[in-house]
Amino acid sequence: MSSSNELPNPMQDWQMGRGAQAAPPAPRHSHQDVETAVQTDSTIELTGAEIVWATLEGEGVREVFGYPGGAILPVYDALRKFPIRHILVRHEQGATHMADGYARASGRVGVALATSGPGATNLVTGLATAMLDSIPIVCITGQVSSKVLGSDAFQEVDITGVTLPVTKHNYLVTRADEIAPVLREAFAIAQSGRPGPVLVDITKDAQQAVAPFNFKAAAPRPRRPHPMLRAEGSAVADAAELLRAAKRPVILSGHGVIKAGATEAMLTLAERMQIPVATTLLGLGGFPASHPLALGMMGMHGESWVNDAIQKADLLIACGMRFDDRVTGTLASYAPHAKKIHIEIDPSEINKNVRADVALIGDLGEVLELLLPHLSGASAAGESAWLREINQSKGESAVRDIRNLPDLGHLYAAHVMHDLWRATGGNAIVATDVGQHQMWEAQYYRHEQPRTLITSGGLGTMGFALPAGIGAKVACPDREVWVIAGDGGFQMTACELSTIAQEHLDINIAIVNNGYLGMVRQWQEFFYDKNYASSPILSPDFVKLAEAHGIPGATVRARGEVDAALALARETRGPFLINFLVEKEESVYPMIPAGAALHEMIRRPASAGPDPMLESPDDV
Amino acid sequence: MLHTFVALVEDKPGVLSRVSLLFRRLNVNIYSLVVGRSERAGTSRMTIVAEASATAGHRIAASLYKLENVTSVDDVGAQANVTRELALIKVAATPQTRSHIFELVEVFRARIVDLATESLMIELTGVESKIEGLIQVLEESGDQVLEVARTGRMVMRRGRHGSRVLEAMRVPGMVNGEPGDEHEAEVLEPDVTGEHRFGE
Repeated sequence: MSSSNELPNPMQDWQMGRGAQAAPPAPRHSHQDVETAVQTDSTIELTGAEIVWATLEGEGVREVFGYPGGAILPVYDALRKFPIRHILVRHEQGATHMADGYARASGRVGVALATSGPGATNLVTGLATAMLDSIPIVCITGQVSSKVLGSDAFQEVDITGVTLPVTKHNYLVTRADEIAPVLREAFAIAQSGRPGPVLVDITKDAQQAVAPFNFKAAAPRPRRPHPMLRAEGSAVADAAELLRAAKRPVILSGHGVIKAGATEAMLTLAERMQIPVATTLLGLGGFPASHPLALGMMGMHGESWVNDAIQKADLLIACGMRFDDRVTGTLASYAPHAKKIHIEIDPSEINKNVRADVALIGDLGEVLELLLPHLSGASAAGESAWLREINQSKGESAVRDIRNLPDLGHLYAAHVMHDLWRATGGNAIVATDVGQHQMWEAQYYRHEQPRTLITSGGLGTMGFALPAGIGAKVACPDREVWVIAGDGGFQMTACELSTIAQEHLDINIAIVNNGYLGMVRQWQEFFYDKNYASSPILSPDFVKLAEAHGIPGATVRARGEVDAALALARETRGPFLINFLVEKEESVYPMIPAGAALHEMIRRPASAGPDPMLESPDDV
Repeated sequence: MLHTFVALVEDKPGVLSRVSLLFRRLNVNIYSLVVGRSERAGTSRMTIVAEASATAGHRIAASLYKLENVTSVDDVGAQANVTRELALIKVAATPQTRSHIFELVEVFRARIVDLATESLMIELTGVESKIEGLIQVLEESGDQVLEVARTGRMVMRRGRHGSRVLEAMRVPGMVNGEPGDEHEAEVLEPDVTGEHRFGE
């Protein structure tokens, strides 16, 4: 700290680049010098800005998503020395969703970069999205110089204050020597326990000052003890006993299965005990959809036989899921006959919504490793009465399935999802937005592998799909990536088309265009007397919009055109956009109305005449 | 009901706002909150008393432990412990009324710490009911209470639960050698009425 009593002069600092006047000239180290220092575990003098990149490189970061501005310019200036790819976004919200999609698709930490003030506040929606879905991202923001903090300097906002409730943790860094330890701790926090977003706000003078950098010495201290379950804990034995005694068990497979990489252990558990597996929206892909024990999605737009099975079950084994209100319906009547085993990494989720009879706290993979030996002698006799009952009801309920319906000239979003699933063999990474198309995708695109569905579940963030799809493609350049968005959500972040063009990303985009904010319209139809207040939405010609970005596209109006358009998109090198003009007033069925029980689902009403969406047993 | 949480937290800027934000978000009113240094350098001790339903204790303790700056949380409500609060009470007092106030102070084992022509100041340490008792008696005997400053509740577990201190002082054999040492208590019981301790 300066001993001078002079008041800080903000005018001196906000002028870009001039804040460096007092700083000593930066030492000129090449990237090779930094590499050598890291490899030989020696200390090297670097500017704070260089320390940012050197630490990111040390953490294994190869790509970051960001947008420059005054308070982060020193960091951008230092980028040229480091082998890290920077993807310039068109709006900082996009940077967070890209980092988010990157993390969901790869399991690695996504990194977003923004400047102070408006750049930082634009991150908030993306941070909240990542927070609600427990996604490990690290956001780095520039901040005004520490000398003028709190003075309402140009582009100053208290971003650590603003983001307190939407980050797992955040930091304000005012000294260059704090940057490496704080960033390394941020990476550790983002990934440990229940993952989540971490924001690191670095003042401009900290970026410009010089400090010794030693990657190894900046390693975070060991994480706090986690109230982890122990092998000898009686809870495991209690859980095993409940599992053995159960006659009508159902496994609830959540997002935690994917995060913990516990698909194999889940398969073992389900197969050994012959327990059917219901999946949450974010859990799709965690258990292969084609598996004979896979029931499908539960909850508000889940399959009716899945929700019925949960309501009739005598034991629920909840694995890495949190009994969200979209999954349980009204809690008063949720699974009334079932005891509950809750396997969860976050102790604060236990007994939050649903009372657990046995709680197993810890990483799902580790807990299953403890639990499975207790079940080694279990018999896997043929189909139990319970499975037979579920499979029968599945047969009856499957009549809502439109997959094999004839083409009568109509184009339904469900057809598009089904045809896309067929065309890609269920192996593409699909990023969806929020609303009707999101539910249709979840119902008709059958995910076989973890990390193939990228969707905003907890926050329900419209505008998520396009940037998240970009992040997924950057993380997994060899995978086929599809962005599916509605005409409403797509327009929220459509500016990122330009990012796709600039980065030459081979992403296919399917817009499910019904001229409405579809899910809003559906709720207005069901619950607000069809008063379609502000839900009809005008859109630009999306194909022309794509063309304006140099991206080819096609418009599809009938089911007969779907396959050809999909094939064209998949064959085209580089991005391709398809504008699917689908049935305007179609609703997602079945549906649990708000406040109703899980089994009280609204079913598709029978209509007169040969409605192509009509449910009949012949459809199966 | 009133819950009492003892949290050890990092002594850093912003930690208090993270803790208070959590209570705000849960719409739980903080009854009292005491922060001060603990036996360890760089670690502060918070005693938080909050009004919440009987079943909320576990969730609040678990949510507190989720905060990165929180090293340990203990819901001490139902445990054997020592509870103290410090109060400074300024009472209007003339030379005529002083003597019976002195008597009251004697009975309550309080102290007079300041004496002026028109008032005197009483320092009192004890549980809340004792402090409230003195205030009530003063008011009922016609003495006007001019000012009250209370610290809020501080709590410490009794007896061997002080092993945390021993551990910090690295006293050998006291922590791991003990039957039923506090590490046993870490296994989280789903029972909502049970003990909720995290960390350490």
